[in-house]
Amino acid sequence: MLDTTLRIAPFVVRVRSPFASVLEHLEFFYRDCEKPRDAFVDFDIRLLPGLGAHRFWRPQARFLVDDQNPFLPLPVNQAAPMFEWGLNWTIASRSLGFVVFHAAVLEKNGSAIILPGFPGAGKSTLCAALCHLRGWRLLSDELAILDPASGMLIANPRPISLKNTSIDIVGQFPGARVGKRYLDTRKGTVAHAAPKLDAIENACQPARPRWLIFPQFAPGEGHQVSPVSHAEAFVLIGEQSFNQERMGEIGFRALCALLGNVDCHQIEYGSTSDALELVAQVTQQD
Amino acid sequence: MNRASLLELLKHPQRTTALSPSGWTEFIATARNANLLGKLAQRLHAANVSVPAAPLRHLEGARLLSERQHHSVAWEAQCIDATLAQTGEPVVLLKGAAYVLGRKAAGVGRLFGDIDVLVPPGSLGKVEIRLMAGGWTQMKSEAYDQRYYREWMHELPPMIHVRRGTVIDVHHTILPLTARSHPDADAIIAHSKPLPGHRSLRIPCDEDLIIHSMCHLAHEGELHNALRDLDDIDSLLREHADSPDFWDRLGDRAQLHDLAAPVALCLMLARQFFDTPVPESLVLRLAGADADAAAIRRLAGLYDAAIVPDPEGRPPLRSLAAQLLIYIRSHWLRMPPRLLVQHLSRKAWQRLSLASGAGPKNEQGA
Repeated sequence: MLDTTLRIAPFVVRVRSPFASVLEHLEFFYRDCEKPRDAFVDFDIRLLPGLGAHRFWRPQARFLVDDQNPFLPLPVNQAAPMFEWGLNWTIASRSLGFVVFHAAVLEKNGSAIILPGFPGAGKSTLCAALCHLRGWRLLSDELAILDPASGMLIANPRPISLKNTSIDIVGQFPGARVGKRYLDTRKGTVAHAAPKLDAIENACQPARPRWLIFPQFAPGEGHQVSPVSHAEAFVLIGEQSFNQERMGEIGFRALCALLGNVDCHQIEYGSTSDALELVAQVTQQD
Repeated sequence: MNRASLLELLKHPQRTTALSPSGWTEFIATARNANLLGKLAQRLHAANVSVPAAPLRHLEGARLLSERQHHSVAWEAQCIDATLAQTGEPVVLLKGAAYVLGRKAAGVGRLFGDIDVLVPPGSLGKVEIRLMAGGWTQMKSEAYDQRYYREWMHELPPMIHVRRGTVIDVHHTILPLTARSHPDADAIIAHSKPLPGHRSLRIPCDEDLIIHSMCHLAHEGELHNALRDLDDIDSLLREHADSPDFWDRLGDRAQLHDLAAPVALCLMLARQFFDTPVPESLVLRLAGADADAAAIRRLAGLYDAAIVPDPEGRPPLRSLAAQLLIYIRSHWLRMPPRLLVQHLSRKAWQRLSLASGAGPKNEQGA
């Protein structure tokens, strides 16, 4: 029975599970995380076998956080990705005073780029490419965590979630460590790429938002950058926010302040190298 | 964390300074599980207790969420008021919305979802049509669920606003029509006070507000929110504890509403869990003759065993048995046996046909 407590910045997460797949997942992706003793635990997560017949017949895995059961069970071979999905849900839905929205966040020389995640936009592939090919530090592949008090983005370095064809593309990046493939999930074939050591080691360093870039993967369409108005960006980010509405005035003001400090662009690209070139053009960073 | 430690820290927030990091973990998880995190956060904040950064995030998050919800409730109340004012009927807020908008201590930090209102039974048709015209729609589409609410329950099936996603429960009395006791809903409306700044919204008089909260707790089969509800009751009672004739008025009102026994039970529980200064004379008066009083005391013992807020591990067998008995009792109180058997078999059949994929989609709750 796995029972471990990990510092997955900015949180401390306890994980308990009888599944070997979950243990392997944590050992592969979270091996560099500190294991604090007698620390305050933010999220107490358990991945447990299905109830009743589903313990044996079409075996299932259940996700519990602090004894709440927010999801329907999944087939047992998806227990490890379920941990990632469940932890995303937990961070996005627990009120911890942060504004959380769906985006990848990376940092270089103290300035952060935000890549909001619309389905099919190619966010995760681009995010992995920026880490492995251009030396950006990963703050998060899925969750932009904005601290309203400081206006800074908080790092939550976790495995980058890859789908279908992007798995092979990212697998070829120098230094990329891609884990097990999970076939036939709701999102198709899913795998994860491990964050680089610098992301874990510098996880307590927040980053100042500087650019907001909406990626749009459009094969065979050439590549271009176009500006996005702040008003439009506000609406688009609002759509991607998990809790801005619940945060009320504080959430509204935090997003306004964020937009006051960033340049907003949309990039359209047909290949990863085009995308990297466009990001370099916007950010003036190699 | 066990119940006694949780309650001790709720009562004396400054004692949290002695907690270790793992003590904080248990405390926050238990308070969240009992739906008390928002209230706890407000109390620690008001008492100016210094809290370590890690648990503080959870407390501040819950505090902000409760403030945001109270803001939303105020706006939702405005919308309901604007929609129902034309009916000319009184609309009495109940429970959470009444505590918050009535500025009761019980509302501070309280987290909740639906808004409950009480209207005169004769106005139900008008109210439902106005709500539908205002954008609220039925959540229960199943014919049986509709019949269950309309024939036997004390409320319309819950309605959800199509744009805001907010839910309203419209009550015409405070217990099911099929229940053993028959509280006087007309008296609640007649003694309610207008809510300043609104045309139709009203708040029950304090005694009725408290009795409704107690009535709800004593008839509820699920105990997830029992500690939160008892904390509400404790706060409401303490606001009046010093006024000399309050306890007499509360006793009179409980008898008027045919709810002497449930009120006696909740007074015992509040005293036992929260040290609420309840006069023994009132408990004796409401508990009735010796045999009845003994039965209520046994029931209080059952609640004592059943209310286990600790999210960790499986509760002891004694607690599980007590929870089951309270669950069965709540159904027993709600309907006469014949109807109860019919209702439960009907729900079981619905669930079976749903499981086999043959039946229509059915929401839980009825």
